[in-house]
Amino acid sequence: MLFKYLTAKSEDIPPGTATIYFGFSSILWFVIGTGLGSFNAAKLAFPDFVTGTELFAFGHMRQVHVLAVILGWISMAFAMTMMYMTPALGNTKLWSEKLGVWTCLLWNVGLSLGLFLLWLGITSGREYSDLIWPIDLVIVFGLLVPLGINVWMTIAQRKTQGIYITNWFFGACIFMTIIVFLVGNSPEMFNLTGLTEGYLTFWFAHNVLGLWITPVAAGIAYYTIPKITGNPLYSHRIGHLHFWAIIAFYSTPASHHLLSAPLPEWLKSFASVEGVLILIPAVAFVANILLTIKGRWSLFVENIETKFSITGVLLAIPLNMQGGFQQTRAINWYIHGTGWIVAHAHLALLGMSSFLEIAAVYFGLQQMLRRKLYSLALANFHYWFVIIGFCIYWISMTIAGLIQGGGKIYEVPYIDVVIAEHPYMIARWVGGTMVFTGNVVWLYNMYMTAIEGTAVPKGRYAHEMAYER
Amino acid sequence: MAFQNYKLGCAGIGGMLGLSMSITLFFPSFDFISAESTWIGLDKALSNGRTMGFSYEDPLVLGWGKPLTVILDKDPKTGEAIDPPVRAYVYTPGTPLASPINHPNNLGPTVKSLGISKGMIDQASKAEGAVFTISYADVDGEEWAYPELASVTRGWSVDATLATAGDENTRYVGKGKTVYTTEQCWWCHTLLPEHTQDWQVFGWPPYQGDMNGEMPTSFGSDRKAPDLLHVASRNSSREWMMMHFFNPRLVQPNSIMPRFDYLWGKNDVNGDPIDYAKWRKEYNAYRKGEVAYPPEVPEYGRDTEIRALIDWVLTSLK
Repeated sequence: MLFKYLTAKSEDIPPGTATIYFGFSSILWFVIGTGLGSFNAAKLAFPDFVTGTELFAFGHMRQVHVLAVILGWISMAFAMTMMYMTPALGNTKLWSEKLGVWTCLLWNVGLSLGLFLLWLGITSGREYSDLIWPIDLVIVFGLLVPLGINVWMTIAQRKTQGIYITNWFFGACIFMTIIVFLVGNSPEMFNLTGLTEGYLTFWFAHNVLGLWITPVAAGIAYYTIPKITGNPLYSHRIGHLHFWAIIAFYSTPASHHLLSAPLPEWLKSFASVEGVLILIPAVAFVANILLTIKGRWSLFVENIETKFSITGVLLAIPLNMQGGFQQTRAINWYIHGTGWIVAHAHLALLGMSSFLEIAAVYFGLQQMLRRKLYSLALANFHYWFVIIGFCIYWISMTIAGLIQGGGKIYEVPYIDVVIAEHPYMIARWVGGTMVFTGNVVWLYNMYMTAIEGTAVPKGRYAHEMAYER
Repeated sequence: MAFQNYKLGCAGIGGMLGLSMSITLFFPSFDFISAESTWIGLDKALSNGRTMGFSYEDPLVLGWGKPLTVILDKDPKTGEAIDPPVRAYVYTPGTPLASPINHPNNLGPTVKSLGISKGMIDQASKAEGAVFTISYADVDGEEWAYPELASVTRGWSVDATLATAGDENTRYVGKGKTVYTTEQCWWCHTLLPEHTQDWQVFGWPPYQGDMNGEMPTSFGSDRKAPDLLHVASRNSSREWMMMHFFNPRLVQPNSIMPRFDYLWGKNDVNGDPIDYAKWRKEYNAYRKGEVAYPPEVPEYGRDTEIRALIDWVLTSLK
């Protein structure tokens, strides 16, 4: 099927094909990514679990988990939502369905190759930009640029007068992510060394989160919540406050990751202040969505997409409260480098961002397949396993981080900290494994939806028929 | 109106992003370029070589094309004793030169001018090989370290320097840092003591010029294990390192560090094959309390990754 469409004319490819390919790819990467996460967590709890081989050593597996989740699951879920939301919001068709299918194929091939090399230990040795620079170029010019062209052209040929906030997020974030990838990986390409390299590593790590992973997820929520609840967005203007505040404030605080490195002090102080200002887009986003769903809270219980979406939005509250303040010097000295940060990172990626994407993938796949979800019960199982697993992970890592911070400040011998953390490492592994189990069930559920789901008649939405037999 | 908004919006995004890039990239670059390299920075740059991660000279990240660090207690040319012994950095012909040698601006303005006027580093050639050392000069009453091309200033040839040092005084520092990079030790260990009470346990945080020319810096962000920047000052026992890398539980029963026994390769120092299965069986019996002592850790061979890694830890992380 895929290979037939690669050579077909774009007009002959049924609309939604790229969405469906991207959707299933992203779920598959989610299963792989969380499976690797569970494996790594087992190693932190029991260091002799699968030992003695280079390939299954923790150091070789850890970043494969991180990048499989970021570039496989989250980014492909973004591409999937862009493939159906951008045309829907412009009342038009995707600019090129064929380009979308090609992007999906290249994405899977390029990412698999990059992660395979990383697994072997062929790395740049830079956190988050671990992939070697030839693979970075593939990501920019093979994946992000074609995705961007499709999204920008679809927006340009829209049949509506204005541009909805979601499309502002999509178009701008792809552009900024391309810049971030090129600048962030320039130390590898041009052998920029020393403090410049250290700073650009975290400049990339921060900006890829701030200009890609969280804002695009928020843009997705601006579509799913009004669409499913039927309520119009509470305020498009607050949405724009969110959008512009992201661009102004979230592109600058990179150096708050390196408060103890010998960077210029003015830069660190500037980054900390800008970091607190992240609360402006955060509050605008959460308030806007929660006011949008006003009057339809019953859907939080009844509707699986709303359940995931609203959980993601609610998780944005602790996320931004932590994020805004933990990077100030007053708090950062205690928790820097501890499990608290690991918990916070998972709150952003697995909590806030992933929940919003899961909802959009559920919704989009049913829409494009024109089939009703195979089993609502399995979807609820998925929800509860992911949320309970995530909470176990988040709470246990937060506690472990506070123990570690205390150990750091009071000069406790390091090994005593390791011993004290052991129960929380086991809890983290249990939580991660629950998330993985939930995702395996999700993959099965969506596969069965594609082959056995009840067909949705024209003019109806799949989620409206959730309780119809 | 709608179309104007669209153009205005795109210009606004470009302008705002441009402003934030100016503040976070362009302005700090003046601070970065004025950072004067310290002795630590010179030692790291010269002993590491051009880069540690993926590169043209080392596409599989196995430690190819890296310089050797030697400890000299006598002059390779004249044979005179040197006391205290000095470090020399040997680039065999074809080894890519360290970044600050190719781009002296990376040294900072003062060290650059000393390195060129007194150290002759601009005469270094990749094709012919080079031997560097670190010397000191007095500038306005202050002592400054600068790189010196000893193959020109002192006539130390590559072959004579390696022969004078011998294997026992040669440290595979560049290859060792590559092992640290590719085995990704930096997911759990940091190389960045913090500005809080950290320095009392883990030592002083790095200064601005301590990493000029280093690539990657491998600061690390997630500390699941002790900071390593000054670990060799706390523990300089090669035998302890050997046992700890082979199986950390031999010296620290509660450690969660992975075993790095695979860095020993197939054979031990005598060329005999290492029987890992037998070792693990005996170790498991020891863990269960069936025997009183753990099995002996095999002595590593001369060209193994573990030798390079321990060389780097004990030489660079002081």
